[in-house]
Amino acid sequence: MIEKDVSNAGMARGVPPVWADGHALDVGAIRRQFPILKREVNGHPLVYLDSANTSQKPEPVIAALDDYYRRYNANIHRGVYQIAEEATAAYEAARQKVARFVNARSVREIVFTRNVTEAINLVRYSWGRANVHRGDRILLTEMEHHSNLVPWQLLAAETGAELDFLRIDSQGRLDLEGLDRKLEGVRLLAFAHQSNTLGTINPVPILVAAARRAGAHVLIDGAQAVPHMPVDVQAIGADFYGFTGHKMCGPTGIGVLWARRELLEAMPPFLAGGEMIKRVSLRNASWNELPWKFEAGTQAIAEAIGLGAAVDYLCGLGMAAVREHERALVDYALERMQDVSGITLYGPQDPDLHGGAISFSLANVHPHDLATLIDQEGIAVRAGHHCTQPLMETLGVPATTRASFYVYNRPDEVDQLVGAIGRAQKVFTG
Amino acid sequence: MSSDLYREQILEHYRNPHNFGEIQDADITQEGDNPLCGDMITMYLKLDDGRLGSVKFRGRGCAISQASASILTDLVMGRPVDELKRFPTQALLDELGIPISPARMKCATLSVNTLRVALGAGVEDEDDAD
Repeated sequence: MIEKDVSNAGMARGVPPVWADGHALDVGAIRRQFPILKREVNGHPLVYLDSANTSQKPEPVIAALDDYYRRYNANIHRGVYQIAEEATAAYEAARQKVARFVNARSVREIVFTRNVTEAINLVRYSWGRANVHRGDRILLTEMEHHSNLVPWQLLAAETGAELDFLRIDSQGRLDLEGLDRKLEGVRLLAFAHQSNTLGTINPVPILVAAARRAGAHVLIDGAQAVPHMPVDVQAIGADFYGFTGHKMCGPTGIGVLWARRELLEAMPPFLAGGEMIKRVSLRNASWNELPWKFEAGTQAIAEAIGLGAAVDYLCGLGMAAVREHERALVDYALERMQDVSGITLYGPQDPDLHGGAISFSLANVHPHDLATLIDQEGIAVRAGHHCTQPLMETLGVPATTRASFYVYNRPDEVDQLVGAIGRAQKVFTG
Repeated sequence: MSSDLYREQILEHYRNPHNFGEIQDADITQEGDNPLCGDMITMYLKLDDGRLGSVKFRGRGCAISQASASILTDLVMGRPVDELKRFPTQALLDELGIPISPARMKCATLSVNTLRVALGAGVEDEDDAD
């Protein structure tokens, strides 16, 4: 990978001056920490624009996994020998790092799951079955990822509750008209902090405050937010907040459910088995303390430790700087991309409301054809419905192409994307 | 950007698909979709004495899926239904004549799988397609 001086790359089109101030990310140094960015794809340096799907992993995270397996691989919370104690300590240290990262009031509020999907399903099974009843309403948005839609469809079918949805406007922003009325009788409001498809950063304080007035519980899918901006769960004041490791420089197979402690205390267990119990007789069992009550079976130990390393890495960069980096990239990308002939850009035009993911479609090239063609130049983008099929219906398209950014992306990669889009269009228009 | 995948024959079928449209009095109408890409096609079949007298399709989706449907209609028109129930996927892939990556196999085979379902035949085992 050729390292360029980012302070000059792509600046001609008006990236704001904050890009170059003292708090900006040193993208050149960051890129050297990600080994995969050194590889070539189809004869070109990899241009990875699919971080909303999964992020790449920096050296410290890869090293943490490697170190665990090489030096102290042992099961946790059981062994009395040295390496088991080391493994347990590292696993619980990772939990502490995560708790601090999102400013949880207590480390007991951090439950490790496999991913956000499992975090949401934990709430569905454990809290939902006990608290959602016939005639209750569950309010969602039409931009939800299937993982924050299908579990509630199933819970509604099971309990006789009703689903309702907040709609979006032409720029992919939630329509808050009549929000208080829509929240009447709502047991749970569940929404994405940031849309994985549109990039929309939702107005969390407004939504949470309205839900509180209505007496509704609030679940936030933070999969696209925690990796990209400062998130303070106490300030947000929701009841449940889920996020996943692999989108924030961490390994796959490790996610987090944060929930208010008193809720977790009252909730019945989700998965049952080893580790989540206090005492077991042949006919009865009592539950372990939080958070272990919700962590049955041998956990993803290496992955949790790797997530801890990812949190350390992101803290070193500074989450405000990460957000500003992506805001500037989106600002630049929206400006460059709107000049492409035949393009339709989805999501907010205001980069303050637009996280680091841009969905678009082209008049003459299907998203999958585009993704295949630009892959030949080493550019990785996502094409498809992004696990948001109802949203695709609203947008009136079968699929979109999505370019998404992270700490290692540079403006010149936006330039390469725009150039490749133009060449792909030529293939189709002759 | 030259591309083996998007050689001129494919693009020509995509821009000007053969047998595109509906058959109003079709004997069989069958929808098929590829949720991965959002490709959709509807096939209209008119049977004539044990043969596929006429076939048309409508659809939207990527170039691979739509060109493959266009090519398939040319291949199967007029042939005996019993034979088409066993129409091999490979025959269509051969006719496409381009390398299909695993990720795009569902696009390339959407039309032939939809035809098989329309004729009441099972979908060919797709070990290679996933």
